[in-house]
Amino acid sequence: MCLGIPGRIVAIADETRKLALIEISGVTREVNVACVAPQDEPLAKLVGSWALIHVGFAMSLIDEEEAAKTLALLIELGEAQAEIEAMRASAGEVVAP
Amino acid sequence: MKYVDEFRDPFAARGVLAAIARTVDAIGAIKEKPIHIMEICGGHTHAIFRYGLDKLTPPGLEFIHGPGCPVCVLPMPRVDEAVEIAERNGVIFTTFGDAMRVPGTKKSLLQAKADGADIRMVYSPLDALDLARRNPNRDIVFFGLGFETTTPSTALSIQQAAAERLTNFSVFCNHITVPPPIKALLDDPFMILDGFVGPGHVSMVIGTHPYDFIARDYGKPIVVAGFEPLVLLQSVLMVLTQISEGRAEVENQYARIVPEHGNPISIAACNDVYEPRDSFEWRGLGEIDKSGLKIREKYAAFDAERKFGIGYAIASRALAEPDGCRCGDVMTGRIKPRACPKFGRDCTPEAPLGALMVSSEGACAAYYQYGGAQLEDVA
Repeated sequence: MCLGIPGRIVAIADETRKLALIEISGVTREVNVACVAPQDEPLAKLVGSWALIHVGFAMSLIDEEEAAKTLALLIELGEAQAEIEAMRASAGEVVAP
Repeated sequence: MKYVDEFRDPFAARGVLAAIARTVDAIGAIKEKPIHIMEICGGHTHAIFRYGLDKLTPPGLEFIHGPGCPVCVLPMPRVDEAVEIAERNGVIFTTFGDAMRVPGTKKSLLQAKADGADIRMVYSPLDALDLARRNPNRDIVFFGLGFETTTPSTALSIQQAAAERLTNFSVFCNHITVPPPIKALLDDPFMILDGFVGPGHVSMVIGTHPYDFIARDYGKPIVVAGFEPLVLLQSVLMVLTQISEGRAEVENQYARIVPEHGNPISIAACNDVYEPRDSFEWRGLGEIDKSGLKIREKYAAFDAERKFGIGYAIASRALAEPDGCRCGDVMTGRIKPRACPKFGRDCTPEAPLGALMVSSEGACAAYYQYGGAQLEDVA
């Protein structure tokens, strides 16, 4: 909860609800990007950016190097795997009918 | 693995460690009369143990592990209230996995689930919203937990539910804020704190100004820090340097992530949805003024406490902690985890009695996992 996990914004899923698809270590899921949305510009501008994701919300845009460092650290702390598993499980549940 | 090597650079680390040792010497701190630096964030606590930073630094420097693990400061009565909501007819209770094993006075959410309550682990409040859309005949309750890193996500979810006019989504709000417990600890005459390492990702949301009172009113330094071990050491050195130079300032070592004024969109969403409670109970610390958030009247329909008539919505609440559990003393730095009679015997990460043993960010779990107990005996 404390540590955000870095993910890459790969597509915009819902402009009104401010949802984007992000990829985190091979898992793709919807996240809310309201907190990092560019002012007066379409969300599409975010595609390709890296962000720190906390519980499904992008809280800060970061550069690729920061993303790699943070992910390496989370792996060392043993936090990354649990986070990615939780995300995978929930992504599966949301997709299921 | 270039990046891993970078922050495990032994030369850089050696340089910073030597500077820390020199500064601790210059201050005149020794093992018997150490400098006490509190790392507020549970993520920092975890990193300190994982990399053994407490062993690499001189004995004249002592880390006090702060209250920055939201699961660890969740009092038992709040778990009981969560279980009570989860066991109501028609409810689907959703929670982050971290909270499943936190003991209540009667049972944990995990035990309640085994007893038949419909409790589901979610990664995000977005998943709870989605359940609400797909199950219009069920009441979906989200267990809102965490400091300022997760408060905006719950606020934005409530705003979204309101925009969609969802009537079957509500939040059992346990969100808490970092500055009030720091003030409470500084006001505690038994606490000796000489400086702070400030939380990184919380500060990314709120900025650095909420810490101004620490320097201005209490004359203590605070340095907002990232999580890499070398960065943490550098931040500790910055705190020590301030102490040795007689300064007390708010410094930001994590400026590439933490803007001075935080994230304005998050702050606006939180101000719209929440207001401070008069007080909120913290495990081990008791009730602390203005330390918890409640859902504003305009979003009352999304407040599980009002909806189910539970918790702070009713006048008399029970207060209880398990017998012999000394989480409170560990939390306030009065004792180390191994001094608790339950540590490692009646209380382990597999079968936690106290909340500090539940989460990897809890001081007791970190001690247990990384052998802090044994190492310290040798030291």
